[in-house]
Amino acid sequence: MMRRDLCLRVIARQITDADIVVPVYSTAFDWLDIRPHPLNHLAHGAMGLASSHALGLALGRPDRRVIVLDGDGSLLMNLGTLVTAAEAAPRNFYHFVCENGTYEANGGHPIPGRGTVSFAGFARAAGYRNVHEFSELAIFEQQIGAILAEPGPAFVDLKVEPAGPQERDYSRLHGPQVRQAFRDALANT
Amino acid sequence: MASGAIATESRATDGLSGASIIGEIKASRIDFVISVPDITTSEGLLRPLAAMQTPRLIRICKEDEGIGICAGLAHAGRRGLLLIQQTGLLDSINAVRGVAVEYSLPICMMVGLLEKEPGVPPRQSRRYGVRIVEPILEAMGVAYHEIEEEADVAKIRPAIDDAYARQHPVVLLIGRRPS
Repeated sequence: MMRRDLCLRVIARQITDADIVVPVYSTAFDWLDIRPHPLNHLAHGAMGLASSHALGLALGRPDRRVIVLDGDGSLLMNLGTLVTAAEAAPRNFYHFVCENGTYEANGGHPIPGRGTVSFAGFARAAGYRNVHEFSELAIFEQQIGAILAEPGPAFVDLKVEPAGPQERDYSRLHGPQVRQAFRDALANT
Repeated sequence: MASGAIATESRATDGLSGASIIGEIKASRIDFVISVPDITTSEGLLRPLAAMQTPRLIRICKEDEGIGICAGLAHAGRRGLLLIQQTGLLDSINAVRGVAVEYSLPICMMVGLLEKEPGVPPRQSRRYGVRIVEPILEAMGVAYHEIEEEADVAKIRPAIDDAYARQHPVVLLIGRRPS
């Protein structure tokens, strides 16, 4: 098991100013502290839809890598997204899941199938081009560069520990100023 | 009131042309059609669209996925059209609420009205699942247009252009099977 914040720091070192990053809920609050950037797309409107927003961005902007930092509970709410993304097959689409086994932003209750379901198995069966799973930070750090250098759609399951309490000011994720900043940044670059 | 007691009012109709609707979709600069199949629009719209290179068809598993995909496309400066039936619209109400309405995004939806009687206004349908659609959209503040006759096809492009110009969602209700 890995610490999510350390995994995110590893990812952040690979991200360029041209990349669009789509993080969800608890991961998004961690990510904002680690890598604030106008091309963070944070406003998804409904739980589970981050990967769908990311797919739309990837189809609409094939010149950029789109990296979605999903949650396991969020992905369970929209499992069909795996099939849709695999069939649409944008080469610039990279789907990470922080698997902590809990609905962390909603009280830390366990997800259904915790420890039993295989998210990498779901992605592989759905038809993702490249599928990886990691539970050791050093190995993830060693391979992340190659994963982001190969064509997508790629799926990466990160086995992480539930994190502790977190300050969650949701206006940081979907306040009007956050949404406008993202739109302006994407339109102007 | 029992559904059988609801009055129905037939309107003079001359049918709908799928080719005309597709022409308007293309004229509206739609780059992507995102769809779960709908029996009302299956043959007249989805099947011919599937055979075209442009707009590109993205087949989805569930309708609310399409709300997210259209949002991402809108942010990217591309136009999407979500082609579904009203059961999928009803299933996606939270996504419409959160993504399309609260974020003021131009999510354009073309919605086949499953089991609506041709020539009968949706509110006067004998089908509960049809009658409730327009009142729900009004309660949500979502603009909609009925596309029932060939003359209604001219509403499509202005509705989509307005959605993008003023940044709001719009629903185009397909009331009969296009030829």
